Amino acid sequence: MSTLPDPHPAIEFRNVSCRLDGGREILDDLNLAVHGGETLILLGRSGSGKTTTLKLINRLLAPSRGQIQVNGRAVDEWDVIRLRRMIGYVIQDVGLFPHFTVERNIGLVPKIENWPSDRIHERVQELMRLVGLDPQTASRYPRELSGGQRQRVGVARALAADPPILLMDEPFGALDPITRAELQREFLQLQKRLRKTIVFVTHDLREALLLGTRIALMEAGRLVTLHTPEEFLSSTEALVVAYKDAFGPDGVAWGKRL
Amino acid sequence: MNVWQFMLQNRAEVMELTLEHLWLVGVSTALAVLVGIPLGILITRWPALNKPILGGANIIQTIPSLALFGFLLPAPWIGSRADRLAILALTLYALLPLIRNTYTGIKGVDPAVVEAGRGMGLTDRQLLFQVELPLARGVILAGVRVATVISVGLATIAAAIGAGGLGEYIFRGLAMVNNQVILAGAIPAAAMAMLADLSLGWLEKRLSPH
Repeated sequence: MSTLPDPHPAIEFRNVSCRLDGGREILDDLNLAVHGGETLILLGRSGSGKTTTLKLINRLLAPSRGQIQVNGRAVDEWDVIRLRRMIGYVIQDVGLFPHFTVERNIGLVPKIENWPSDRIHERVQELMRLVGLDPQTASRYPRELSGGQRQRVGVARALAADPPILLMDEPFGALDPITRAELQREFLQLQKRLRKTIVFVTHDLREALLLGTRIALMEAGRLVTLHTPEEFLSSTEALVVAYKDAFGPDGVAWGKRL
Repeated sequence: MNVWQFMLQNRAEVMELTLEHLWLVGVSTALAVLVGIPLGILITRWPALNKPILGGANIIQTIPSLALFGFLLPAPWIGSRADRLAILALTLYALLPLIRNTYTGIKGVDPAVVEAGRGMGLTDRQLLFQVELPLARGVILAGVRVATVISVGLATIAAAIGAGGLGEYIFRGLAMVNNQVILAGAIPAAAMAMLADLSLGWLEKRLSPH
């Protein structure tokens, strides 16, 4: 599956390198195609280039070499604002606007897209149900929410204008294990219904095996392997084995239960 | 005759000087807000301007106030009337706290919030007006507060160049070696500074972001 060429990938990296101002290469000659409707996991340790890869897609970073395409069009040919509004973005620190209520946080993109206010209100209600938020919380401020609730608001906000693509940077990383497992389960159900194209960054092998349709393993700015979860579990590639060892039989068993 | 009797006897003049003082402080602070806040925003967008602008405002701040009043005297239009001159000098002094606080306030907004906003496709303008400025409001207002209180004090020196204000009494009292007259200028000025500080502090608390 992972080797089948996709004539119309939703996102495609072609020989992409990214260099910091200081000259250190954080991404080295990346070639990767993300299919429409899949959940591609970028797995790797800190500094492996996962977040950089993600930020290249919505142009929060620019490549030093190569080209990134979204829906068949190079990202630098897109109007950057239009590009970003068709790509939902969820980060670990959530980044909710602390001076906005939950309702205004979720409804911000529809609002700046000039939706009529009753339609925004309806959409916010719909999204809050979708991500499992009590409608009572609509008028609360982010500081009055729990970590799990905040992350749900973050997901709802990213989905607000119904973008076809979703970028998620360790969205569940800062949550306690129980809330994390809960949100992961809900994520799976949500994705079954919504069929978004998702690029999901994590360093957690269990999360990768549970949520991904394919797993791109990265190390030191390079793509090492690209596998389905099943292939990943049976792979004998040195780094894959190292990962499986690091998470122990537990982590692997978790994956096999799928 | 104590200071209160003196002030009561000369209440019309005290009132007039107080109003003059308020005028000098009000106009100069308003001008400084109109110039300083945009400059503060500007240097968050063009970091290359950061050093020259903050440096310039810093240098102005180090010029002794009497020297600055004298220094501006030959300026055309401005120098021809004492109150214009005083307002310009007070404006220049008030710039530093405004520029600096606007800059620090915006730079102090949680980077995750800014990144989320950018990633969602907010334009720079939307990011500024809907996210950064509302979140920096408390810090910017603190700058307005500092600038106002400094201006109330500095404006007493404007009397030295004939711009009026409560400094009139202070300089007159100094010349007459009469403490009552000095206090008749100093007490209302101090009260004005405290009142400005309290009310702007209250506003700061009311408007601080959630």
